[in-house]
Amino acid sequence: MAGEAYDLHEYDVIVIGAGGAGIRAAIEASAQGARTALVCKSLLGKAHTVMAEGGIAAAMGNVWKEDNWQVHFRDTMRGGKMLNNWRMAQLHAMEAPDRVLELEEWGALFDRTKDGLISQRDFGGHKYARLAHVGDRTGLEMIRTLQQHAVHKGIDVHMECNVQRLLKDGDRVCGAVGYWRPSGRLVVFKSKAVVLATGGVGKCWKFTSNSWESTGDGVTLALDAGADLIDMECIQFHPTGMVWPISVRGLLVTEGVRGDGGTLKNSDGARFMFNYIPEYFKNETADNEKEADAWYEDKKNRRTPDLLPRDEVARAINAEVKAGRGSPHGGVYLDICTRRPADYIRKRLPSMYHQFKELAGVDITKDMMEVGPTCHYIMGGVRVDADSTATRVPGLFAAGEVAGGMHGANRLGGNSLSDLIVFGRRAGHYAAEYAKGVKGTATVDAGQIDVAIRELLAPVTRTGGENPYAIHADLQECMQSLVGIIRTASELKKALEEIAVFKQRLGRVRVEGGREFNPAWHLALDLHSMLSVSEAVTLGALERKESRGGHTREDYPFADDRFGKVNVVIRRKAGQFSVAQEPLPEMPAELKQLFQERK
Amino acid sequence: MAAAEFTMRVWRGDAKSGAFREYRVASDEGMVVLDVIHRLQATQAGDLACRWNCKAGKCGSCSAEIDGHPRLMCMTRMDTFQPGGTITVAPMKAFPLYRDLATDVSYNFEKAKTIPAFKPGPKEPDGTRRMAQADVERSQEFRKCIECFMCQDVCHVIRDHPENKPAFAGPRFIMRIAELEMHPLDTNDRLELARTKAGVGFCNITKCCTEVCPEHIHITDNAIIPLKERMVTETYDPVIWLLRKLTGRK
Repeated sequence: MAGEAYDLHEYDVIVIGAGGAGIRAAIEASAQGARTALVCKSLLGKAHTVMAEGGIAAAMGNVWKEDNWQVHFRDTMRGGKMLNNWRMAQLHAMEAPDRVLELEEWGALFDRTKDGLISQRDFGGHKYARLAHVGDRTGLEMIRTLQQHAVHKGIDVHMECNVQRLLKDGDRVCGAVGYWRPSGRLVVFKSKAVVLATGGVGKCWKFTSNSWESTGDGVTLALDAGADLIDMECIQFHPTGMVWPISVRGLLVTEGVRGDGGTLKNSDGARFMFNYIPEYFKNETADNEKEADAWYEDKKNRRTPDLLPRDEVARAINAEVKAGRGSPHGGVYLDICTRRPADYIRKRLPSMYHQFKELAGVDITKDMMEVGPTCHYIMGGVRVDADSTATRVPGLFAAGEVAGGMHGANRLGGNSLSDLIVFGRRAGHYAAEYAKGVKGTATVDAGQIDVAIRELLAPVTRTGGENPYAIHADLQECMQSLVGIIRTASELKKALEEIAVFKQRLGRVRVEGGREFNPAWHLALDLHSMLSVSEAVTLGALERKESRGGHTREDYPFADDRFGKVNVVIRRKAGQFSVAQEPLPEMPAELKQLFQERK
Repeated sequence: MAAAEFTMRVWRGDAKSGAFREYRVASDEGMVVLDVIHRLQATQAGDLACRWNCKAGKCGSCSAEIDGHPRLMCMTRMDTFQPGGTITVAPMKAFPLYRDLATDVSYNFEKAKTIPAFKPGPKEPDGTRRMAQADVERSQEFRKCIECFMCQDVCHVIRDHPENKPAFAGPRFIMRIAELEMHPLDTNDRLELARTKAGVGFCNITKCCTEVCPEHIHITDNAIIPLKERMVTETYDPVIWLLRKLTGRK
């Protein structure tokens, strides 16, 4: 498309994605004096962070004085089945309290303790009540606070701008190419550093809690720029998504329901989680209802198995449904109505009350909810340096869900919002520092821009008969049935064959209509990312011949120590994927002690 | 409700021209209007423009006018309509049209910039910030706002009189001013702004904004009226006026 016009902007740092990590990164880069732009696919304030419900995990010790960063670090590593990058988990646990307090300095209004401090609630896998929250709309509070702060810092925000390709000058990143969704006009950003904060990949699956934006754009941008991906097979299926009506299947039901006293029951009315306590968590989990219920008030009791880490609970629900003890619409029951007073439920869980009332016609203060696993989060992602969030590509940084390592094989609830602000800040800081060291203006290669523009415009210019919506539906069906919660080699291989066919079909997509706000065109371009992500996840899942956290193999049902010591690393060169096993960073002795001293 | 067929009358067009187009489409049990719009995109109108993100009433992206009422498409169930009937879906009227159901809502982001930021006072002697739950709840109600901008859309001050836009911030941002004014830690004074640039005086308390709010925020009663009262007290109260003259305070 030589001669196709495009807008041109120049910055020191561009941040792609305006969820919690992206806005926090932009605030920090700007504070460091870098000319900074925040580029996002949706309107500002609509990113997926807005859907986070339960809270931000931070060992502030406002409710339990015994809590500290070491306990949080230990919970995070054990929840991640020790596959975490220990340094990321350490930085996260150490810095999260300061980042939460910083939000308060910027106007956030968290719920309070009786002493007037930030209240903290119980969540799965956390030893102490640790989640700073605002009812069950904590993500909204976070994104609004960051958004309002950023606006007053004078950061340029480019909304409804979809970045599709990165530009490189030799080894290093020097810019990006995208388009404005409203006008369809193309845009080139020249930039010394790029921060990826693009979030997750959930739209590859049929039943997901994720919004349309979660198409793995950052994963694909990084892969194409030469960065490494790690542990892409580790996908979190959140145990409690809505299962009915079918049109809202997958919509998130916050873990806060269980944190506030809710319990899972099967069709016999039995609290089945007591039958699924793994050896690994036996010492810290209550094995009878009396102790489990007493734990909410007194932490000397062991924790209720309803709040085991999410991977354990999701597998348990899956097993109950398979055994024929599910609810009418293929889930299990989540009961808070018989366990807490109606006023308490409406006060603590207003969004859940509203959501079930309006969408399912269920009053959760009177009736039990029907819930089942839903694709929620990817633990794997772009490999980064723990301290600086730098990828192996100079000038390219990644923070938040798009980055891998922090959460190991399974993420604890509440650790995502804290991840966003801890590593968002770090990404902004180190990207700005890097940009300062880049002399002169970057050279942007016209040839690369031409190639990008040609590829972006192909779906609106070529002839062909494929409908992008049909390809997306087929991909979601494939990933749901073949690369879901429980995996096996034969199905994974079948998925790879299907993905290869989807790629060919994508090459024949032709969308009707023009370039102005055309969702079919947008989907056709996002499918490029979704297919890369799906292939990477499937390759990783084949390589990891064990079951660990958010990766369960029917043909290798147990954790294997050999795989517990390695990241599955994925790269792509000239369109060809390669897969390797590489050793995890070694945890220093003083941190290792934390796992031996206590039980 | 089992599956049923509907006639969807959807606005198609851009800023220059457009018209309603009718589509026959099936709706399954439990579906909402946004599901039907998505089904239309996938099967009959691939380029039908609309915004959406969370599909759970949490992000405020899919605002539209359904049978003349501003609604979130993701929270409007199909079984609230007569099976076989016709449902009209139009873009928000108060904002310029991009295409189909997507409008240019930049007015709102411009207004947001004009409100002075949160500015906390000093910390407690022990380095903490202490606030009572009862005190944070007043502003928390307003912070439930998901910025769907339907209150802005329905407000006749700008809906019927676009010429007022430069002088009127609309319910969403008058509420933002009230939220900051009621924030227990904030020290900035925005009353003068509320009176002048935000144009609180334009509001004649018809409560249309409160009626359409999907978060059921009492915009008029809890945000706008208290702000009006404070403004009247501080600006027009003769005793306070005299005190201000005497002390030289603004």
